[in-house]
Amino acid sequence: MKILVPIKRVVDYNVKIRVKSDQSGVDLANVKMSVNPFDEIAVEEAVRLKEAGKATEIVAVTIGPEKAQEQLRTAMAVGADRGILVQTDQPIDLGGVEPLAVAKTLKAIIEKESPDLVIMGKQSIDDDSNQTGQMLAALLGWAQGTFASKLEIEDSSAKVTREIDGGLETISVNLPAIVTTDLRLNEPRYAKLPDIMKAKKKQLDVLDPSELGFSYEPRLNVVSVSEPEERKGGIKVASVDELIEKLKNEAKVI
Amino acid sequence: MSILILAEHDGKELSPVTLNVIGAATKIGGDIHILVCGKDCDSIAQAAASISSVSKVIKADNEVLEHHLAENIAPIIVDLAKDYTHVLAPATTFGKNILPRAAALLDVQQISDIIVIEDAETFKRPVYAGNAIATVKSSDSIKLITVRGTNFDPVEAAGGSASVEEYSVTASQDLSSFVSAELSESERPELTSAKVVVSGGRGVGSEEKFELIEQLADKLGGAVGASRAAVDAGYVPNDYQVGQTGKVVAPELYIAVGISGAIQHLAGMKDSKVIVAINRDEDAPIFSVADYGLVADLFDAVPELIEKL
Ligand SMILES: Cc1cc2nc3c(=O)[nH]c(=O)nc-3n(C[C@H](O)[C@H](O)[C@H](O)COP(=O)(O)OP(=O)(O)OC[C@H]3O[C@@H](n4cnc5c(N)ncnc54)[C@H](O)[C@@H]3O)c2cc1C
Ligand SMILES: Nc1ncnc2c1ncn2[C@@H]1O[C@H](COP(=O)(O)O)[C@@H](O)[C@H]1O
Repeated sequence: MKILVPIKRVVDYNVKIRVKSDQSGVDLANVKMSVNPFDEIAVEEAVRLKEAGKATEIVAVTIGPEKAQEQLRTAMAVGADRGILVQTDQPIDLGGVEPLAVAKTLKAIIEKESPDLVIMGKQSIDDDSNQTGQMLAALLGWAQGTFASKLEIEDSSAKVTREIDGGLETISVNLPAIVTTDLRLNEPRYAKLPDIMKAKKKQLDVLDPSELGFSYEPRLNVVSVSEPEERKGGIKVASVDELIEKLKNEAKVI
Repeated sequence: MSILILAEHDGKELSPVTLNVIGAATKIGGDIHILVCGKDCDSIAQAAASISSVSKVIKADNEVLEHHLAENIAPIIVDLAKDYTHVLAPATTFGKNILPRAAALLDVQQISDIIVIEDAETFKRPVYAGNAIATVKSSDSIKLITVRGTNFDPVEAAGGSASVEEYSVTASQDLSSFVSAELSESERPELTSAKVVVSGGRGVGSEEKFELIEQLADKLGGAVGASRAAVDAGYVPNDYQVGQTGKVVAPELYIAVGISGAIQHLAGMKDSKVIVAINRDEDAPIFSVADYGLVADLFDAVPELIEKL
């Protein structure tokens, strides 16, 4: 079984981002960038399936700037066999390459690669869209198992346990399918130094979007990006009694 | 303007968030129609028909829709969408699962999780865990949108008298099937619409000790939430998670107990009206958003609070 794992280069989840003063976007200059955390979980799941003898090859794919090769190398260091970068200078967080365009690009790659399963993140932590997997499944006419916290591969199907608002739900999806990861699917490993060195020698193909027939024009015009309203910190209370008194008489919420 | 809203329900009742989504639709203006998909969902369609501001209900009643599989619902939306300028769904796991599938089939770039409607084409949505707010304008001829319920007032559940129209469902896509569900059962109010939410974090320490959080919530008639760390550690089920990638809540009163206040957690609760934090670390970031901070050991403060309330 061949698994394709789309990964995205995003701001590291520990970074406190800054909005540009001209409100044109978020300042990403000299900011630590990483693999989107949900995509790390996707790579880990694929690697575990390979270790269990269920998968034979793992291909990591990203659409992004030249530097997104770093994130492909990270994926290869933890076990992806090769990487594909569809290189673009368009922004990939806001006002550039949007989920629908990513899904269309991934579809074109999938038509060439013919994977049996695609595992990807449920959400990018930059644009917070939570769309791409569902869109890709639609474009391919495949089943989708979104927000997965458990994945079991069977013969021609997979059982996916999904984290939903009411609890958990298990569905069965015909293969090939799209699975999107939730936080509890697994705990991703860290890359070891020798594996990081080995990953540098793995195959990494760079494609131009035009080779696949794409030029990226955003559908959503980003009018502005602004700071959220700051919430002012309040006071510290000295005791439980004072807290109750404030909640009763000042805030009037109890 | 004509708006189609995908109603969320559990087979028994319409989810309250549907009223908030209709509230958002009234800000766009125009005819509002509700799509109810399910099996034996007539009573839900009738309930939708009596909501104020709704002029028509479309009922797609078929056994292949019982479990709300996206593969079977998305084609219905696609089929109906051409008659509308906007299609709205709640930004819940239900809406997030289905709407992007329909959007791709319609070749529309969906707008996720809107919090403000500027006009019929322009919307505000949080990005980067709510640390930035993007104002986006869509040029798609049909706009597919998921709505953050907590940012829009609900409309009245009564007062309407819409007609109910049947939609005949062709067939299942046969791509996926339902196996089982393990739903959390609780007598407590639903997390995203509760007036009071008490959440516990890693500081609570164990599943057993999480009872303290539940007792406090019960004392206040509130719902129970949690940080990711508390869910990951198995203190509570996944559906308790509040945050960027969990549920967004905005109650009158939010009490964070043993939660440090990572940006991913704040993203899900910082619109609460009053925030209380109980943490023994006086430098915990949660205090920077708390109206009332109590620096204390939670195992002293919470039992005292339960006793004195
Ligand atoms: C992709 C991604 C998505 C995420 N999504 C979410 C999300 O949706 N929601 C979310 O919550 N997190 C999310 N996180 C995780 C987030 O970054 C934090 O790790 C998490 O919120 C920390 O949980 P916590 O505050 O309970 O734990 P900790 O950060 O460990 O804090 C525990 C706190 O308890 C206090 N404490 C300990 N003992 C006591 C005591 N006896 N009395 C009083 N105080 C005590 C400590 O001082 C500390 O402040 C996400 C992370 C990633 C990478
Ligand atoms: N530029 C990209 N390149 C590759 N994969 C992507 C890209 N953008 C999004 N994805 C994938 O789609 C998932 C969901 O992203 P989103 O719909 O943007 O929230 C991510 O977790 C990735 O797996």
